[in-house]
Amino acid sequence: MNAPAASGYNFAYLDEQTKRMIRRAILKAIAIPGYQVPFASREMPMPYGWGTGGVQVTASIIGEDDVLKVIDQGSDDTTNAVSIRKFFEKTTGVATTTATGEATIIQTRHRIPEAPLTEGQVLVYQVPIPEPLRFLEPRETETRTMHALEEYGLMHVKLYEDIARHGHIATSYDYPVMVAGRYLMDPSPTPKFDNPKMHRSAALQLFGAGREKRIYAIPPYTDVVSLDFEDHPFEVNRFDTPCALCGASGVYLDEVVLDDRGRRMFVCSDTDHCETRRADGHRGADGDATP
Amino acid sequence: MYVAVKGGEKAIDNAHRLLASTRRGDPAVPAIGVDQIDGQLGIAVARVMAEGSLYDRRIAALAIKQARGDLIEAIFLVRAYRTTLPRFGYSQPLDTDAMFIARRISATYKDLPGGQVLGPTFDYTHRLIDFALETDADAPEAPAESNEQPAPAPHVTALLDGEGLIERNPAPAVDAVVGDLTREPLSFPADRDLRLQNLARGDEGFLLALGYSTQRGFGRTHPFVGEVRFGEVEVEFFAEELGFAVPLGRIEVTECEMVTQFRGGAGAPPQFTRGYGLVFGQSERKAMSMALVDRALRTREFGEDIDAPAQDEEFVLSHSDNVQATGFVEHLKLPHYVDFQAELGLIRTLRAEHAARRAPDAAEPAERREAAE
Repeated sequence: MNAPAASGYNFAYLDEQTKRMIRRAILKAIAIPGYQVPFASREMPMPYGWGTGGVQVTASIIGEDDVLKVIDQGSDDTTNAVSIRKFFEKTTGVATTTATGEATIIQTRHRIPEAPLTEGQVLVYQVPIPEPLRFLEPRETETRTMHALEEYGLMHVKLYEDIARHGHIATSYDYPVMVAGRYLMDPSPTPKFDNPKMHRSAALQLFGAGREKRIYAIPPYTDVVSLDFEDHPFEVNRFDTPCALCGASGVYLDEVVLDDRGRRMFVCSDTDHCETRRADGHRGADGDATP
Repeated sequence: MYVAVKGGEKAIDNAHRLLASTRRGDPAVPAIGVDQIDGQLGIAVARVMAEGSLYDRRIAALAIKQARGDLIEAIFLVRAYRTTLPRFGYSQPLDTDAMFIARRISATYKDLPGGQVLGPTFDYTHRLIDFALETDADAPEAPAESNEQPAPAPHVTALLDGEGLIERNPAPAVDAVVGDLTREPLSFPADRDLRLQNLARGDEGFLLALGYSTQRGFGRTHPFVGEVRFGEVEVEFFAEELGFAVPLGRIEVTECEMVTQFRGGAGAPPQFTRGYGLVFGQSERKAMSMALVDRALRTREFGEDIDAPAQDEEFVLSHSDNVQATGFVEHLKLPHYVDFQAELGLIRTLRAEHAARRAPDAAEPAERREAAE
């Protein structure tokens, strides 16, 4: 459904000079995995906090032959994912898809698809607060120095204090990772369930923070290690039940409240994964419901 | 029975249609014209141009119409339009000494060269709702204007400068490049050019509150309004191929120069310092607030203690932009359910463990506890 690009605007909205500037920032980010590269973020026609960083990254790398998938909370059909996908349909006319395997660029908010990504795919994350140390130290001048000196003791102390207080590291999403053994990085607020998928992923992972004007990257096959302690190893979120629709276990689930008497149902957060499994004949406890 | 949520796309389309008809309102009432907004809501238009960083009255008026009068939304529309415009270059510095003055007042001198020109102002009006405006029977007549060439109005600070009573504005270095935070990301510490650009684009309400806080002791600067002036100034652009500057047209600006807390001591004689504000259109509140905050942000330069919010450059500059601020605050409306799910899982685990820890002591007197409940 190649719609003509919106008239009056350049391909993918941004002018070519801006795209070049952003691509230079992306190249620098790839060269220094996990390092936050400042870039001259532009105003976009959607609000800050709605994914302007991710949109600018996607706009700068997308070409006519690309196939774009956009997800929010793992789903292609959430309002913001629909809106961003429409924006690129309108401004580029490229093909879009909901199938993870068919996409060359996947823009995401808060999730990494369940199906492993492959070489040649690019995962673009929308990032609200790129600085993993921000809530420990509000000043950018301080945190940049801390990164320069690889001074991450503050984060370890925070995690230790969590354990002392709760018996657990009380961070369930936005869980900090070390990239290529050098930079502490914020994975954007994905649940920590998704952290292991970043480790040595075959895909290129790009992170765009529009309001904060930062771009960072994880090149393919890069070590990404979630912080932990020997006696408190990193653990992913676990679910007691499989997906009620497709029966998948070991995937991230959304909790759906069915009534006001406490009935709950757990279903795949990654809707494409769930639909693919059901098309392949997998059924969960409530799997008769047709999508 | 739950089925995976579908239909987001259709719902969005319908919501947009509903918005469009709500924006228009009752079709029996004539639609408001862009020229009416431009002509009769001029101060709103000025604010949208100033914080939208684009001097275009028509675009600003249209944005106000499209935004249903939500000025921050209108500013956002203007910013998103501005960002797509080609950048030819930078204008010559404005010569506000040569302003075609519509209003100019000084609080530091009773009379001064160029005089006190009251111009169109709310300052001395009684704030009584004017019910006659409901019908708007007759257009008020503008007072007659003198045809005399107005006397030159040099800046008040220049008068003080003649006596050496106020710090001198440093002359710009010959090949100095003015910073532009729409082209380079802001980094700290930021120079004054970038700070002023940030403040000029900053939210009027935010700057007003910060400026006000300096008057209430959070970073006092002992300000006097040296002057506020509003009027038209010529914008000139240096054309490389011609080798000289050509006029592009006139824009309306409001300029405020604050005369603030003096400094000096062992080495230097005491001198007043300056705070500066410049805004598109008529907005004295914004220009004055900007000048107060500009001065407060110069704390580092004068070796004063930084202990108030208005003096904290990272705090002020990082939070002044209302398009950024409203975006991030309002994005909390977007779905966050995967993160919330992770938190739900964690808090259930912590609660289960908490209950398990309490269970051994609670095991025996369970009956008693039940009775107590």
